[in-house]
Amino acid sequence: MKFYGEGLPGVDPVNLVGKLIVIEGADGSGRSTQMDLLKDCLEGQGHAIVNVGLRRSSLVSEELNEAKKGNVLGEITRSLFYATDFADQLENRIIPALKAGFIVLADRYIYTLMARDIVRGADRDWVHSIYGIALVPDLVIYLRVSPAQLVERNFRKKATLDYWEAGMDLGLSRDIFDSFMRYQKLIQKEFSLLQREYDFLVVNGNRSVRSISNEITAKVEGLLGI
Amino acid sequence: MNTSISVELPGKLIAVEGLDGSGKSTQLYLLKRWLELRGLKVFFTEWNSSVIVKKATSKGKKRQLLTPTTFSLIHCTDFSDRYEQQILPLLKAGYLVLCDRYVYTAFARDAVRGCSRSWLRNLYGFARHPDITFFFDTPLDIALDRILSGRPQLKYHEAGMDLGLSAVPYESFSLFQKRIYDEYLAMKDEFSFVSLDGTVSIEEQQAKVREIVGLKLDLPLYRWKTIT
Repeated sequence: MKFYGEGLPGVDPVNLVGKLIVIEGADGSGRSTQMDLLKDCLEGQGHAIVNVGLRRSSLVSEELNEAKKGNVLGEITRSLFYATDFADQLENRIIPALKAGFIVLADRYIYTLMARDIVRGADRDWVHSIYGIALVPDLVIYLRVSPAQLVERNFRKKATLDYWEAGMDLGLSRDIFDSFMRYQKLIQKEFSLLQREYDFLVVNGNRSVRSISNEITAKVEGLLGI
Repeated sequence: MNTSISVELPGKLIAVEGLDGSGKSTQLYLLKRWLELRGLKVFFTEWNSSVIVKKATSKGKKRQLLTPTTFSLIHCTDFSDRYEQQILPLLKAGYLVLCDRYVYTAFARDAVRGCSRSWLRNLYGFARHPDITFFFDTPLDIALDRILSGRPQLKYHEAGMDLGLSAVPYESFSLFQKRIYDEYLAMKDEFSFVSLDGTVSIEEQQAKVREIVGLKLDLPLYRWKTIT
């Protein structure tokens, strides 16, 4: 394994024998569903799996949630909170699991964080440099779903759109539906740029759960040499 | 980073750096008093004081959850909160902003913990450089004596215990401070520190500080504009 950039002090990626698989995509893209199916499949074959995700770090998650509720964070501070959360997960969950030979399934990774930051005006080089601490995953699956479908799926889960997933803080529109469509298009555009640079597997998420999971399973089995 | 950090602002940023026990906080406080008593707009901020980040920092320190990288990032988050909400807006409003410790503290401490120096400089790339940075150059043994003579309880991270330099907190602290001191020396030209001799009397040091500030800045510009 290797790091994207400077990496983490004291961590030699040579010792990390597990595999890191990332699933990226917007809210409603089907990440959780696909992760569950993949986990079942891999566990069925005798692999040990660990799930990690954004904002689940014990270090800053409470504070980050509080701050998001109160809209009291500056842009740079917000970005750094997420970066801290990520670094904490990377060092305290991902790396130990990889050292022990687990397969780590990551629900989102640095790409969502970078896209969110850049769409909000963050300096691209700054963001790239910070996330130089991240490990290069063995596989990145990007579930690309059209904004129109995303909206439907979000509404099916609950009858409102999330303020942040609609990019309402950006003032794209006074209307949350409108804002959501615009914001998701901006994020997808950013992902297209990131995809070329970071070599994602782009999966058409506009299909049935079964057909998506077949494609993912085939790719993962290829990776694991099954 | 972006070019806006070099744009001249109505206010001015003065930072003090140095080891714990170097006397920098005393000197900055006296500077603050002098400026305030002259009726100037002054704001003081110190390292590690953001309310939002405080909880996470103390949680992390208590449970020893912090690695060099997360330690660095969390302190950067604290700094950026103060920077975005206070330091920068006040500079735009024409204040004299006095910072007890600035990004150089992170450059020194985090590098001693193993973080890449270039990564650190990139991380803090959003922050303007001070108009004046005073470095209180106090010999290690004097600084240590001031801190340790009260036999205080040295906290884990404060003593650099995570570095494994020594199992004894006081020894660890000394070794840790020595390395930080070396980092400061290595960067003082890069960042144009104004070095001050921390061994002379408090009054002498303060006279020098006031002289330098008075020469560098046109102080009457920073008077209060509103009538109180």
